[in-house]
Amino acid sequence: MTPAAFAAFLARRLMKAAGVVLGVVIVAFFVVRLAPGDPASVIAGQSGAADAQFMEQLRRQFGLDQPLPVQLWLYVKGVATLDFGVSHRVQRTVASLLVERLPATILLTGTAFAFALAAGVALGAIAARRVGTVADSVVTVLALTFYATPIFWVGLIFILVFAVWLGWLPALGMFTVGADLSGLAAVADVARHLLLPALTLGLFYMALYARLTRASMLEVASQDFVRTARAKGMREGPILRRHVLRNAILPVVGFAGVQAGQLVGGSILVETVFSWPGVGRLAFEALLARDYNLLLGVFIVTSAMAVAINLVTDIVVALVDPRIEVEG
Amino acid sequence: MSAPLLSVSGLTVALPPGGDRPHAVEDVGFDLARGEILCIVGESGSGKSISAAAIMGLLPRRLPAVAGSIRFGGRDLLRLGKEEMRAIRGREIAMVFQEPMTALNPIMPVGQQIAEVMEAHGEGDAASRRARAIELLAEVRIPSPELAVDAYPFRLSGGQRQRVMIAMALALRPSLLVCDEPTTALDVTTQAQILALVRDLQATRGTGILFVTHDFGVVAEIADRIAVMQHGRIVEIGARDEVLSRPRHDYTRRLIAAVPRLAGREVAPRPAEPPLLAIDGVSKVFWRGGLLSRRTPVHAVRKASLSLARGETLALVGESGSGKSTLARCVVRLVEPSEGEIRIGGTVVTGISQRAFKPFRRRAQMVFQDPFASLNPRRRVGEIVAEGPITHGTPRAEAIARARELLALVGLDPAAATRFPHEFSGGQRQRIGLARALALEPELLVADEPVSALDVSVQAQVLALIADMKKRLGLTMLFITHDLRVASEIADRIAVMRQGEIVETGTPAAIFTRPAHPYTRDLIAAIPGRGWEAARG
Repeated sequence: MTPAAFAAFLARRLMKAAGVVLGVVIVAFFVVRLAPGDPASVIAGQSGAADAQFMEQLRRQFGLDQPLPVQLWLYVKGVATLDFGVSHRVQRTVASLLVERLPATILLTGTAFAFALAAGVALGAIAARRVGTVADSVVTVLALTFYATPIFWVGLIFILVFAVWLGWLPALGMFTVGADLSGLAAVADVARHLLLPALTLGLFYMALYARLTRASMLEVASQDFVRTARAKGMREGPILRRHVLRNAILPVVGFAGVQAGQLVGGSILVETVFSWPGVGRLAFEALLARDYNLLLGVFIVTSAMAVAINLVTDIVVALVDPRIEVEG
Repeated sequence: MSAPLLSVSGLTVALPPGGDRPHAVEDVGFDLARGEILCIVGESGSGKSISAAAIMGLLPRRLPAVAGSIRFGGRDLLRLGKEEMRAIRGREIAMVFQEPMTALNPIMPVGQQIAEVMEAHGEGDAASRRARAIELLAEVRIPSPELAVDAYPFRLSGGQRQRVMIAMALALRPSLLVCDEPTTALDVTTQAQILALVRDLQATRGTGILFVTHDFGVVAEIADRIAVMQHGRIVEIGARDEVLSRPRHDYTRRLIAAVPRLAGREVAPRPAEPPLLAIDGVSKVFWRGGLLSRRTPVHAVRKASLSLARGETLALVGESGSGKSTLARCVVRLVEPSEGEIRIGGTVVTGISQRAFKPFRRRAQMVFQDPFASLNPRRRVGEIVAEGPITHGTPRAEAIARARELLALVGLDPAAATRFPHEFSGGQRQRIGLARALALEPELLVADEPVSALDVSVQAQVLALIADMKKRLGLTMLFITHDLRVASEIADRIAVMRQGEIVETGTPAAIFTRPAHPYTRDLIAAIPGRGWEAARG
């Protein structure tokens, strides 16, 4: 792809992505407004003693007395400047809470995603290469097991085995409390804490990508151009790497991009099980406390993350597959 | 006489148990001399492609060679180890496949794919391989090879891709070239160029060529010798003219007789009467692109005008992408024309509502090209045939009974009504497709390449059936085909289309003996085996 064509492609995709995020903001805003009660009544309820006048004052304070379109406009305008309002529960801006929690979630989902993709493609390739053998069966059974097992259950078993029985890895949190480590030691500490939750989250998706890669490779392997490669007198290794795998991986990466949203969703569960201090747990807590501004903020930011991952996979696929430019 | 380049004897390839015969290929033997073109001709399933794959050592695992020998360069290829065979493939024996669209890796530049042959056999370095790839592209006459070397396959036309395949096969100057239906997927003018290229190679380099095809026109054009295969066996082998003009085996005779004749039949002019179908200045523009990319118009049909008298057959001839199918679809309103007018029986049917068009759906029915994809695999044949009348209000029991009659009419067992499409062969399915169209008792039949997916003997039967139905039921027919032989056999008049325009219309005699438009002349000149045609008488 020429640089100019690539820039045009990138611009188009960025515009689409921005449109999707705007749509998410608007839909999320209305969905939260659909729930019975408003933040004012929640706060009033929590404070215990509230009369109609106090409620009125709260509504004015939060802008809830304005007509709905005006509220939406104000909210969208705020989001555009990264102002998600204030969390009434902890009395801090939603943005500051997100900035604090987001890195942990990005670290967790990013690690899980990279692991799932790398391990999944590798296992799938091995199974496809040795289709019908013991190795293939082992991979298939393994993939099916992790695919069928609920994520939270895997997490609990991992905690039981690796943290409680074997005592190899920490079960909870992101770093050792009170250890006050720095430099490489701190990195190693976080990595030790990261291992179990990332595996838990990643194994399900690894299973998915392994199955997908296997099927995709078998399909590509039966195509005419693979026969052409054999007719050239190429060895099996290069045929597999250059012709089969490169073609087979395209649908897997595309699918993984679409799946990324679910990965962020799955992280809520894992963060809760492992007490991982990410936005997932923040959302969970916000939901229980009816902290609408915070909930909306988390929702929008995670959606934006999913859109961003999608964008990245689209770009990767476009760089690998020359045909995309035409359809783009 | 020196030893032949390739000598196959007693070659037998097993089929998996449970097939319709124990062997895919049985006791096949032939010799191929240096610089000779041997054509293996046969219908689908005759074992011709399997024989070619056996020589390349590319037989699928479930089809092992169980007997015989393939002697090449002093060795028996069937006795070689995997690595020894690999070293021969691409270097000493190369192959060109049928489908240029799928035989190249879609995400690798063609130059790299050519260079891979040299790389696989340890020839040269990256720079010299690239230089050689450019040379080869020039040799197979690809325009601006320095640019083409970095192009991806989807940027090239079908003919250019096939040239790339040939360049790839020639990279290491093999002494034997195996071609498996290399021109079947190409347009006739492109086919003529590729055949010329193949013949040129054989003449200048003395390459021995094994050419697998089903097309007798192609055989007549390039073969030195011909081997005819049927049910896995070679039934006849001999010099080209010998086999073509004095076939000894009964099957060869039948095959040759089934090839439609390229004759400029003179057709009596019809009495002037209002046409049943009139197409007047019809255009169709498709828009490519979407919301955010620039929309570009694709002119599929430009200002096409035609008229068909009642009972007439008009063949619409053109190469792929000429717009002939789009125009046909406009007539039955599967596609809405962008401008122009279509009249059926004097009534304007363009621009009227779907509801108002419904009676015309009955009067104009379509037969589709692909007998495998155009029938719903989950429905019984009887239901498929009866569906049209039932939608138009015929009681179900009556429609099913009528479907059985129709199946008998098109030469199928009425019991076929309770079976599913996959239980039938391609020719039988096309009969079902015809019965489905006839069930609505149409006046106008639009047939879109109805015989191009069929073997030549089956094609002859289906063409005869269509002609018979047409006569018995007094049908008017618009027959779309890329095959001028078929057109000359079935049509009263022929219209030639190119790039969306109808460039010429006339009787077969006029088109074949006095073509007025240069494109028609090119098209006719490109028909393979025209010399043989004259000799057929």
